[in-house]
Amino acid sequence: MLDKSIELQAKDKKELKASGEQTKPGPVFTPSVDIFETETSLTLLADLPGVSAEGLDIDLHDDTLSIIGNIVPDKAQGETRLLKEFEMGQYSRKFTLSEVIDQAKIKADLADGVLRLNLPKVEKAKPRKITVTGS
Amino acid sequence: MILKRIYSEPKWSDPFNEFSRLMRLLNTFEAPNRNAYDDAGAGVFPLLNVSSTADHYIVRAELPGIKAGELDIKVTGNNLTLAGERKIPEENNQARYHRREREAGKFSRALTLPGPLNADKVDARLKNGILTIVIPKADEAKPRKISIH
Repeated sequence: MLDKSIELQAKDKKELKASGEQTKPGPVFTPSVDIFETETSLTLLADLPGVSAEGLDIDLHDDTLSIIGNIVPDKAQGETRLLKEFEMGQYSRKFTLSEVIDQAKIKADLADGVLRLNLPKVEKAKPRKITVTGS
Repeated sequence: MILKRIYSEPKWSDPFNEFSRLMRLLNTFEAPNRNAYDDAGAGVFPLLNVSSTADHYIVRAELPGIKAGELDIKVTGNNLTLAGERKIPEENNQARYHRREREAGKFSRALTLPGPLNADKVDARLKNGILTIVIPKADEAKPRKISIH
């Protein structure tokens, strides 16, 4: 489906427009995500480069899913900046889920800076085929 | 009579010109609100941060979802080249997408560092999707402490 030969384009990170006040200094970015749904679950993939498992905070409250990724900038001693094309900072993004999620079965996996979050739907929210009987 | 006066106003003689003047004015208002980190530099993926210490150059890039084996890093003379491909595996074909913002594709970037490099001792590490390349400066490029007699 996707053309394998396409070249990746450099993109600036999207800075989060202030929604609520931040208590931490530094910029906050919105990570790029893929969200897809199957009949049984909702899966979210997010690019969170620099975020370790300890720095990741996933919260599902009512139907709001929030993902916050904290990063610890790594800086060697006596570094002088020569070129700066990207900024590092916290990641934050919130989603409103329309499906009822089975909270006990949520699975989160963070590898190589990519979060894969699997949110299974509760049984009753799964679509059922309804057969219509004619009279 | 009134109509004639309106149309003869020099300001309105060219409404398109007036429009572009307004656009320019609006753009100047917008400029300070632009993302302060909107500087995509060379505009080539991946974006790099480069810094230097007394003995090393440190190059960092954000490469989420890329495995160490999928990266090709070369150092020649003063140049560093970085190439690879980001693959996003196909998901279940039953999947219906709500968002699709992550991108896959090939990339290749070259960078010229300000001084000669010691290509034998380059250390590259990929951790949590951040690539850090530490390149030692060539011995002749390192600062030398001069003692005074």
